[in-house]
Formats: sequence, structure tokens, C-alpha cells
Amino acid sequence: MLRYSLNRLFWAIITIWAVITITFIVMHSIPGNPFAREGAMPKAVYDNLQAYYNLDKPKVVQYFLYLKGLLHFDFGPSLKSQSITVNDYIRTGFPISLHLGLQAMAIAIPFGLIFGVVASLFKNRWPDYVSMILAIIGISVPSFILATVLINYFAVEWKLFPVATWKSWAHTVLPSISLALSPMAFIARLMRSSMLEVMGQDYILTAKAKGLGKSMVIIKHAIRNAILPVVTVLGILIANVVTGSFIVESIFGIPGMGEMFVKGIFNRDYPVILGSTVFYSVILILLIFIVDIAYTWIDPRIKVSGESK
Amino acid sequence: MKKKSFYSFFAVFLAAMLMLAGCFGGKEETAKPADGDSGKKTEETKGPKVLKLNNTEEPGALHPGLAQGTHDSWILEGTFEGLTKKTPEGKIVEGMAEKWETSEDGLTWTFHLRDGIKWSNGDPVTAEDFEYAWKFVLNPKNASTYAYQLYYLKGGTEFNSFKLTKSKDSKKLAEQDKKLKELEDKVGVKAKDEKTLEVTLASSTPYFLDLTSFYTYYPISKKVQEATPKWYTEASTFVSNGPFKLTEWKHKESLKIEKNENYYDKDNIKLDAVTFAVIDQETTAYQMYQNGELDMVYPIPQDVLPTLKDNKEFHNGPDLSTYYFNLNNKVKPFNNAKVRKALAMAIDRKTIVENVAQGGQQPAYSIVPPGIPEGDNGDYQENGGDLFSENVDEAKKLLTEGLKEEGLSKMPKFSIVYNTNEAHKKIAEAIQEMWRKNLDINVTLENVEFQVKIDREHAGDYQISRAGWIGDYVDPMTFMDLWVSDGPYNDAKWSNKEYDQYIKVAKESMDTATRMDAMHKAEKILMDEMPVLPIYFYTKPYVLKENVTGFFTPINRYPQYIYADIEN
Repeated sequence: MLRYSLNRLFWAIITIWAVITITFIVMHSIPGNPFAREGAMPKAVYDNLQAYYNLDKPKVVQYFLYLKGLLHFDFGPSLKSQSITVNDYIRTGFPISLHLGLQAMAIAIPFGLIFGVVASLFKNRWPDYVSMILAIIGISVPSFILATVLINYFAVEWKLFPVATWKSWAHTVLPSISLALSPMAFIARLMRSSMLEVMGQDYILTAKAKGLGKSMVIIKHAIRNAILPVVTVLGILIANVVTGSFIVESIFGIPGMGEMFVKGIFNRDYPVILGSTVFYSVILILLIFIVDIAYTWIDPRIKVSGESK
Repeated sequence: MKKKSFYSFFAVFLAAMLMLAGCFGGKEETAKPADGDSGKKTEETKGPKVLKLNNTEEPGALHPGLAQGTHDSWILEGTFEGLTKKTPEGKIVEGMAEKWETSEDGLTWTFHLRDGIKWSNGDPVTAEDFEYAWKFVLNPKNASTYAYQLYYLKGGTEFNSFKLTKSKDSKKLAEQDKKLKELEDKVGVKAKDEKTLEVTLASSTPYFLDLTSFYTYYPISKKVQEATPKWYTEASTFVSNGPFKLTEWKHKESLKIEKNENYYDKDNIKLDAVTFAVIDQETTAYQMYQNGELDMVYPIPQDVLPTLKDNKEFHNGPDLSTYYFNLNNKVKPFNNAKVRKALAMAIDRKTIVENVAQGGQQPAYSIVPPGIPEGDNGDYQENGGDLFSENVDEAKKLLTEGLKEEGLSKMPKFSIVYNTNEAHKKIAEAIQEMWRKNLDINVTLENVEFQVKIDREHAGDYQISRAGWIGDYVDPMTFMDLWVSDGPYNDAKWSNKEYDQYIKVAKESMDTATRMDAMHKAEKILMDEMPVLPIYFYTKPYVLKENVTGFFTPINRYPQYIYADIEN
């Protein structure tokens, strides 16, 4: 297990380095620059800005300066905001994105599982249709449309929740639901097909034949086995939700990290783009790693390669 | 029975999940709605008068010398004050300065500061603070984006253009500092004493007084800047000299400014505080306004505008900006004035503003927008009148002639480059169709990111591009000098010696009649030659709650809240 973990760690570091390098190259290859504006600015002003942020140095030097900064956990300044560094962005933004993401997953996972199980147990009957219609809506309706609809009814029309910003519990409800629907639908569909497959297996029939109650068979044998594929994708789903909430964050005016990433790209704010990409890739790699460990724990049949030898 | 119990379990589970979601969200508060959650305003108006606005973006730097856009300036305009300020009528009046004199040639300006003016920390505001602030902006080490706003000062351009060494050699650095100091000392701003500021300009600038009300010309406290260089990044260290002071700044979330008790004109300030949300989505901000979470919203989403025309809360302020298309005058056949004019004459601007843009804009038949006084002789744009007209038959004729002159039988393929924005897209589509219908020419549309558009315009890598210009100061010159032959903003790459000469005359003269006459003549040449196609003059449509009074909209600023009041 230790050897397996170390091996995984090594490849994680290589992956992160590759992400940094590729992002750096791509970022500097796209046209436009952070100081562009309608009407050219005088050359002296432009040169002063370039010098101030070391952008006048050769790209290779900039690359190594950036790596050097990263070794000290310094993600650099924001080229568009002197009031906040990339470290500040991550420090203040990530807990909020994480909070929003986890809250969304706290809705998505149980509801997704329930809808999936219900749909499979009532196959081709109305609970199945209702669950799957909800799932199709969840997958096909983009979160920004759902967010706008939720705001319109729950905030503006019925005044049950505030429209936007991130102040109290009430402010978190609508963005969480907006963000939860898509992963919830995905989980429901996955759980349904997985359950249907498991329910047809021999060991379920055996359990039933042994006289076990229907609910016991479903809970103890079917769900436990059917949940495996869901657990497999959970890491990616959580990572997606935590790191991919930029549209929802933007609509609800939530000061998370997602918004910073998008604006960073539009503004060509190089340190912000790099900082958020590196940070997100670390999160993603970490979550995949956790899922791998969880997977071996849930299904004892899966052995890590290092141990089986 | 079994099924029933299953559904009961399901219902309980649903409820539990909702509660669980709530537990995760239980940050620092209970389920009690936060300030501004409900649309009811009656409770609030009895307490302190707090105006709720939206700043659209996190301020980049709340420092007069480092600020670079509206998201900084709207807050700076409430918290700082320059030598002069603007009245709701648009007049320039005394600000920190109580009077001033100008030399005959218009090059030397002497400003006398008011008695008893103070910073929000109680320190006196001195002439030295102004001198220090302006030199801070021009110092190349500070990399101020708006440094060129101070190039009007004698020695300003030279100081800011000094090339900094990349060497780490202390000797070289010391030498550099010496040279920098020499250049700094030559800059035309000097505190003669605590209350007298003498300004020497590089050349006479008739609109200089207008510039002194602009935020790049605000003072900063020398004492504070030297003791706490990052004073402007947090509310706790923020020191300003305007009607309000910054008291809370939750980065990327919200800001709060409160009445500054040290401000000399505090009796005329009615609000106790102004809060700013940081919401960049226009639709969300508008929904917050509908819900009572905001008292005023600008800008308004494009699709809402048509529904607001008869709404009492809707206002449409003037704006100092023009929407136009750049023509690349270096590319055939756009190097031909007849072709350019034909394109201009075949656009139905009234249809565009009424059916496409729909924001109360005004069709543009000249380049300088209305709202700029021509001394005491009325409005510059009105005096100039329409400098061309739409005429499809004439356009067809001109196009044929122009193409023939360029040795072409028909219009070659070309495209309109516009930056990602639904409104720009619709306008480009409308013009595409008008040209197809009126001139039988096919043009393609090219949507690119803003940064890419700008890059391509500067590089001359385009045929036609959508553009807009917001005037920096209230004088026709803020538009007219864009197209001088060697101008850095001349993306159309157009050149006309006669035009350059008129602009030179207008820049050098201090006589209003001479200046305005020269600019009218220059604008006539511009519209005869048509290097750019004016489409419309912008307006500032905004919504404001009926119980809020005292807002005013200077032509070149966001709507101003400084003298606003909230009525019960």
C-alpha cells in the first residue's frame, strides 16, 4: 500500500508540473495581453507596466520565476487588481467554492441515489418516469438557466430567498440547488442502471431464495453492490462541482474561486489563470487519489498492484 | 401498506436532506434574513440612511494614482475630492481649491486650497499632498496605467518615459534614482506653501480645469503613503479626503463607505452610508433591484430596457461616448473615401437605435456626442449639426465610383470584427443586412474576444471593427484628437494633414471661439473622409427607487450618489 501510494504521489507531482508547463505555454500563446484597452496606451505606460510585472523578461525566465514562487507557495500578484494577490484569491475564494460545492453534493448524492433506487424498483412505472424525467431535466437544463428560473420565482416573485451575494444561510440555498441538479441527475441515472443490473444477478436470487426480506435484499445486497460505479465517479463529480461552479458563482455574485478563473482568462491575468489551474489540478488529483483508496476499501476484490505480489 | 411506509420514509428523508443542506450552509448566521433580504424598505428609512448600490466588479485599486476603470472610480469619486469638482449641472466648481489663477498664456495655474480641509484621519490636506500624488502617478516605478492623464504637466511625459534599468547593481540603481529625482524635480507641479499649488503645463490646455476634477488628479496623503504603502487595499488603513470614507471592504463581496465627518461640506451630504455589492451579472443585479436588495442599477440588461420606457423609476442620463465602426484605411478598398462614405450612407441608424440597441441612444451623424458646451455659445454638437446624411441612391453611386477608382468591379470579401457581446452582435447583423440590401455587398461577421479585437485593431489586422470611445474630459478634443496622423488611438490608420493642422490650432489656442471653429472644421473633414463610421451616441439608462433623490449624471461619469438622499 505504501509503495502504491508513493508511486501515485510521484505521478501526481509529474502531472502537476505538466499542467503548470502546458498552461504557461498555452497562456502565453493566446493573443491579447493583460494591459490591452480600447485605444492604445502610450508606449511608456505600457513598458512601465510590463517591467513592473516582469513581463518584459524572456518567457523562460518568467517560467522559472513562477516555479520559484510556487516552491514558496507564492502564486504571484493579480495583474488586474493591486488590492488582492492570487494567494488571497485562493485563500478567500476556495473555502466558499468548497462550501458551495459540498452543499450541492449534500443535496445531489442522497437525492440522486434515492431517485435512482426508486426508479429501478419501479421500473417502467410512474415513479421511474418521474425520476428519469427529473434526471433528463437535470442533465439537459444548463445551471445558468435553472439559476435564473430559481431566482425569478423563489427570490423575486415569492420573496422566499435573497437574489444574490453570500451573506447568510438563506443566500446559499438557491445556488446550491442550481449546482446540485446536474450531478444529482447523473447519479440517479447511474444508480438506476447499476441497480437494474445488480437486481438480475444470481446472488440476489439466492438471497431471495434463502428467504431474506425484500428490503433487506435491496439494502444489504443490491444497493451496496450497485453503489460501486457511483462511488467511482464521485471524486470526479465532487471535483467538477467544487471547481466548476463558475457560472453559478457569477450569477449569484458568490466570491468563490470559479469566477476568478473565468475573469482571469478574459483579462489575460496570467498569474490568476496559472494559480487557479495549478490549484484546481491539485484538488482534482487529490480527489481521484482518495476515490482510488475508497474503491479498494468498498470492494475488497480490488487489490492494489503492490500488495498482490 | 409496505409501499405506504416506503413513501413516508422517502418524505422524511427528503426533509432530512433539506435540513442537512442547511447544516452545511450554517456559516456564521442563523436562518434570519440578512440586511436587504426583503423588499420592504419602510424599516430601513427610519434608521440610518444607507443607499445600496452595485459596483459590478471588485475594485482593482482604490488608489487615485493606480485606479484604472469605472469599478475603481465610482467609489473613489465618493471618497476623494480633487482641486475642483462638478455640480449636478456639470459646472466645474471649487473643490479642495477655493480659488485659482491662470497666466496669460494658459501655461501656469496657481491653486489656493481651502482653509481647514482634512483627511479622514484628521490630518490637514496640503498642497504637498497634491504635488506628491501627481508625481507618484508619473513615477515609472509605480507603473500607473493612467499616468498619461498627467502628461499635460511640463516634464510629465519625460519623467514617466524614463526607462528603468533591470540591473541589480547597487551603483547603477543609485545612479538611476538620481536621474529619476532630476526628472521628478522638473515636473511642473510645486507646492509653494501648505496651501498654494503651482502647476506648469507643457502646452496650453484649455480643458485643464476639467481634468483637475478627474480621479488621477486627486491628492493622496503623503504621510500615509510613505508609512503604509498598501493603505488602499484594506478599509482599516484607508485614508481619503472626500464626502465619504471607506469603512468596510469584503474583497470580491461588498464595500461600505460612510459619511466623512472631516469633510468640509458634510452638511450637504445627506446619506449616512453607501454599500456596494460586487455583482457583474447585469440580470442578477436587476433582479436584486426588483427584490429591493439594491436601490439603483446601472447598467440595465439589454432585454429589460424596452419594458422600462414608461416606468417612473427609469432614467436615461447623457453619456460622453460614441459607438462607431473602424475602417482600416490601409486596406483596399477602404482606402477610398467614396467607398467609406457609401458604407456610412447605407446604414439606417434610426432603425438600429430604436429596434436593435433599444437603450434610448441617439443616431450619430457626427463623431462628437451632444452635451459638450461650446463656451457660452450652446452645445458643440448641436452647433455643428448633422455632418452627413443617409441616402441609399447616393451610396450606390459612390460605391461604384470608389470601386472603379480602385480598379475593382465589385466589393471584395471582408468581415466586421466585433468583441463577444450580444448587443454588438445584433448591431453588426443589422448592418450586415442593410449593406446586403442597400448595396448588394456581402460581409461576414467575426466574433472575437475583447483582448483579441484590440490586438488586431492595433496591428491593423482587420477590415472593419466595432469600436466605442468614452471621452475622458468634457471637451470635443477628447474625441477629435483620436485621428491625428501619429495618434496612438488612430486604429483606422487614417491620415489627413489639413485635419492635423486644425487639431494643432485647437490644442494650442486658449481662445474658445478659435478652438471650437478649428474643431468644427476638423470634424467636417473627418465626416467627409469618413475613416470611421459613427453609428450612435450612447446614453446611460438606469433605474432608481422613487424614494431616492439627488442623483445626478455628469456626462462623463457614472450616475453620482454623493448628494443623494433617501426619503421616507
